[in-house]
Amino acid sequence: MKKVLMGNHAAALGAALARVDVAAAYPITPQTQSVELLAELAAKGDFKGRFVLADSEHSAMSILLGAASVGARTFTSTSSHGLAYMHELLHWVAGARLPVVMVEVNRALAAPWNLWTDQTDSLSQRDTGWMQFYCATSQEVLDTVLQAYRVAERVRLPAMVVLDGFTLSHTYEPVDVPSQAAADAFLPPYQPPDILDPARPISLGGLTMPKEYFRLRRRIDHDMRRALGEIAAAGRDFQTQFGRGCGLVEDYRCEDAATILVTAGAVGSTAQEAVDSLRAEGLRAGCLRLRVFRPFPTQALRACLPPRARLAVVDRSYSPGASGIFFQEIKAALYPSRREIAGYVAGLGGGDITVEFLRDIWRDADAGRAVADDPAWVEDAR
Amino acid sequence: MRRVEATDALPVQLVGDQPTSENRTGDWRSQRPVIDAARCTGCLICWKYCPEACVTRTDKVPVILMDYCKGCAICAAECPRDCVAMQPEEAA
Repeated sequence: MKKVLMGNHAAALGAALARVDVAAAYPITPQTQSVELLAELAAKGDFKGRFVLADSEHSAMSILLGAASVGARTFTSTSSHGLAYMHELLHWVAGARLPVVMVEVNRALAAPWNLWTDQTDSLSQRDTGWMQFYCATSQEVLDTVLQAYRVAERVRLPAMVVLDGFTLSHTYEPVDVPSQAAADAFLPPYQPPDILDPARPISLGGLTMPKEYFRLRRRIDHDMRRALGEIAAAGRDFQTQFGRGCGLVEDYRCEDAATILVTAGAVGSTAQEAVDSLRAEGLRAGCLRLRVFRPFPTQALRACLPPRARLAVVDRSYSPGASGIFFQEIKAALYPSRREIAGYVAGLGGGDITVEFLRDIWRDADAGRAVADDPAWVEDAR
Repeated sequence: MRRVEATDALPVQLVGDQPTSENRTGDWRSQRPVIDAARCTGCLICWKYCPEACVTRTDKVPVILMDYCKGCAICAAECPRDCVAMQPEEAA
């Protein structure tokens, strides 16, 4: 049934449709409504799982670590400082191979205080062993929550479903909400292996020597890479069942493009409009959105780039002393390459990245004005 | 040098059949707490403060489990009657 929903509500409905057993969360702007709606659904009896209001994000993820260890399907959502506070537990959950799914609403980190969208919070958790999906629409948020459970439970790794603060979390748009029966047909019940059970006592995660630890880490990497295939398969099955699906990357008018805007998140849909308007002027513009950041979709990225197309990577993130984070990763993934890849840092702390702004960035890159090793920090002059 | 290949034969998780309480962690202690039973009132302040939770309640004088005690001396510092003495362990 089609409903008009904000991104946060799409996230909560995705969790409810996934028949989550335990949700534990702590509210933080701009994620708050995702927790509020789940609490409301639980109070009304429409969410059958256990909803736990935790005393912090660190506790919320600790609760899920325990709940998932006894075989529960688990959910939380957070943002910015909440995610930073969870950091230690993100490693615990991934190392314990628990398929927790979390919705993460991008928000800038302090100091100084800022509430608006910025992808540095989630990208800072790059090395924790969580899969990361970046969504462009509220529909994609709901659909990706369902797909994330399926992939996470198959590869035994946790997944983060990321959406932009306010521009997606608080923007109302039409969302096709699947029926419970349709969601059940796509997402089977969780079949947990090796759970803690008093009837059959075991211990998990105890002190492990270097050789065994090394092999466990190698296995995480193996399963993370295996997840690329599982994500693509989940997207295809979703497409078959619901008539809409998403892959690892989304390319738009790239086949004959001279210069391609590369983005992640909601800016990806703005970039398509910018490309259409540039094409209307006869310019060879294209755009590409990375939907999945971990595991990094190297082959999928390479496959949709014309051999000589120049790239303009627009990052709403920055690693001080280096460059935008997608920019670094894309350069590494395409190495060795003679391709021109330009980095643009834009919209940190929630600055609007508009169609006009993206057109300016595209023109700058297309004219070859960018310096490859020196990312340009750009703001909209209008 | 040997490459560790990515295969499904690698372990996903190590499952132990022993409780972690079998992991006896008291063997690096350099001093041990000794409670003066004659002066102990059984107030259980030591039981409450022990960060290792290795002070066990009894009818009156608590028993400290030396399999886990690290000799941190918090019990001695907190005892209101000052009746926990820290005695050096024999050199190993």
